[in-house]
Amino acid sequence: MKDLTFGPFAAVGKATEDILASLGKFGEFFIEILRSLRDVSTWSPLLVQQMRRLGVDSIPISLFLAMFTGVVLALQASYTFTGQIPLYFVGTLVGKTMMLELGPVLTGLALSGRVGANIAAQLGTMRVSEQIDALETLAYNPVAYLVVPRVLAGVLMFPVIVIFANALGISAGLVTAVNLLDMSTQDFIRGLRLFYAPFDITFSLIKTTSFGLVITVIGSFMGFTTRGGAEGVGSSTTRAVVISSMLILVLDAFWAVVLLQ
Amino acid sequence: MLLRGAPSFSASWFVDFDWPFADMIEFINVSKAFGSKVVLKGFNLKVNEGDTVSLVGFSGSGKSISLKKIVGLIAPDEGTIRVDGLDVQSLNRHELYELRRNVGFVFQFAALFDSMTIAENLAMGLLKAGGYTEDAIRERIEESLRLVELEGFGPRLPSELSGGQKKRAGLARAIAFRPKYLLYDEPTSGLDPVTTAVIDRLILRMRDELGVTSIVVTHDMRSAERISNRIAMLYDGRILEEGTPEELFRSTNPIVRGFVDGRPELVEQGNRELQGLSPDGSMP
Ligand SMILES: Nc1ncnc2c1ncn2[C@@H]1O[C@H](COP(=O)(O)OP(=O)(O)OP(=O)(O)O)[C@@H](O)[C@H]1O
Ligand SMILES: [Mg+2]
Repeated sequence: MKDLTFGPFAAVGKATEDILASLGKFGEFFIEILRSLRDVSTWSPLLVQQMRRLGVDSIPISLFLAMFTGVVLALQASYTFTGQIPLYFVGTLVGKTMMLELGPVLTGLALSGRVGANIAAQLGTMRVSEQIDALETLAYNPVAYLVVPRVLAGVLMFPVIVIFANALGISAGLVTAVNLLDMSTQDFIRGLRLFYAPFDITFSLIKTTSFGLVITVIGSFMGFTTRGGAEGVGSSTTRAVVISSMLILVLDAFWAVVLLQ
Repeated sequence: MLLRGAPSFSASWFVDFDWPFADMIEFINVSKAFGSKVVLKGFNLKVNEGDTVSLVGFSGSGKSISLKKIVGLIAPDEGTIRVDGLDVQSLNRHELYELRRNVGFVFQFAALFDSMTIAENLAMGLLKAGGYTEDAIRERIEESLRLVELEGFGPRLPSELSGGQKKRAGLARAIAFRPKYLLYDEPTSGLDPVTTAVIDRLILRMRDELGVTSIVVTHDMRSAERISNRIAMLYDGRILEEGTPEELFRSTNPIVRGFVDGRPELVEQGNRELQGLSPDGSMP
């Protein structure tokens, strides 16, 4: 009996220990990022380039997602209402869902794949090929040089992307409603404005900013802690995507509890 | 002296320091373990100014991490590493950066920044240090490339270079600061005998033309003999034997003999003797 239970308990204990150790390392890494913000001359020349790479270049995929989401939302709303609810509520549902939930979350999940994986792979390759060590020997602070511009680019650009995504998603919903649902533009806009609150947009942006932070910081952390050649880079990349996707969903619930209640 | 070739650097990090130590790199009782795996234990080594010391040893014996400790890339668990009398562990970040500008590091696979041209790679450190005009940087890059016989390679990307050329470019980047010390991590591994001889010649040239003091991690006993005035063999976490190349080649220690001649049975015999002699870790 003892033997049967001891093994699993020991394994759980070991796993807990490992998780705590990683959390400790992550905390140190995050503090190092904050500290490296002071090293402005190192990160500032690289910021614009990263804003373009992580931000501007991510706009097409986000718009693509948002457009189809808007179409589906409009159709599902009218399907659900089955004539029991006035059709102009389609506008309400599309607008609210897009801004409060799907714009930020779907964009976040897509970018954890695109941006998070990219950062982890790039920095992981630099780690295993000793390029990060080389930066240090040339008297660079590698966190200021590699991580800070990426994190700032994520935090600054993700909200911009989501504003575009929200706008396009709602527009796609409008076009769908007008063309397929026998609704007028006025109806849709009436519904859209019905329960609109300026806080919706703020909420959307707060969420997105936190997603931008999580995706870039987790991607950088996984890249920096990569060990063991090409295989290590592969597993860091996977881990970056999985962990940041999970954290996005957790944060999503967190913001709902904190800000919507 | 310490800041030779870089007159514009602030020298504040040692002005308040008496100068009781000779110019040298010193490992004092250094230990390092990764988890339960002990890599170094009681590692002692002294490298004097003007020396070129080859550090040899089996794969995984801790040669690379020893080099990295000198520039503070890895912290020892115990013990001290001194560079020109300064305890590397005690330096703050600014002081550490000043130290790193005096210790060039040549990485095993060159570790060139692959999104940058060779010239940009060489310029990185100089740009960061500041105080160099654009002309001075260009001149320094050209001169460094000439020293490693890569004239005209500045505009190329690392991916356009062969393995031997990459190593030379890595060396050029390490000497861009005209450092006082150079640390080479396996500069000749994976190269053909002729390219190996070219790199060996460059290592000697750095010593003669730039006056650097070097530590060369290598597996290649022939190049160790060519380039160094002393060879130290790392085994089981510490220096097993150290001396001039002739002394090492004449060593009677079976492990050293086995390593030098490539005879595993001698190493096994030496291992048994080590264990037999000191079952509880004490010498008889
Ligand atoms: N960050 C790390 N975490 C855990 N173990 C490590 C780490 N870095 C190095 N090691 C281990 O420390 C030992 C010594 O590594 P090191 O790279 O110094 O060996 P080496 O003597 O340079 O070998 P080689 O000739 O193969 O390059 C190896 O067994 C390696 O697995
Ligand atoms: Mg090595």
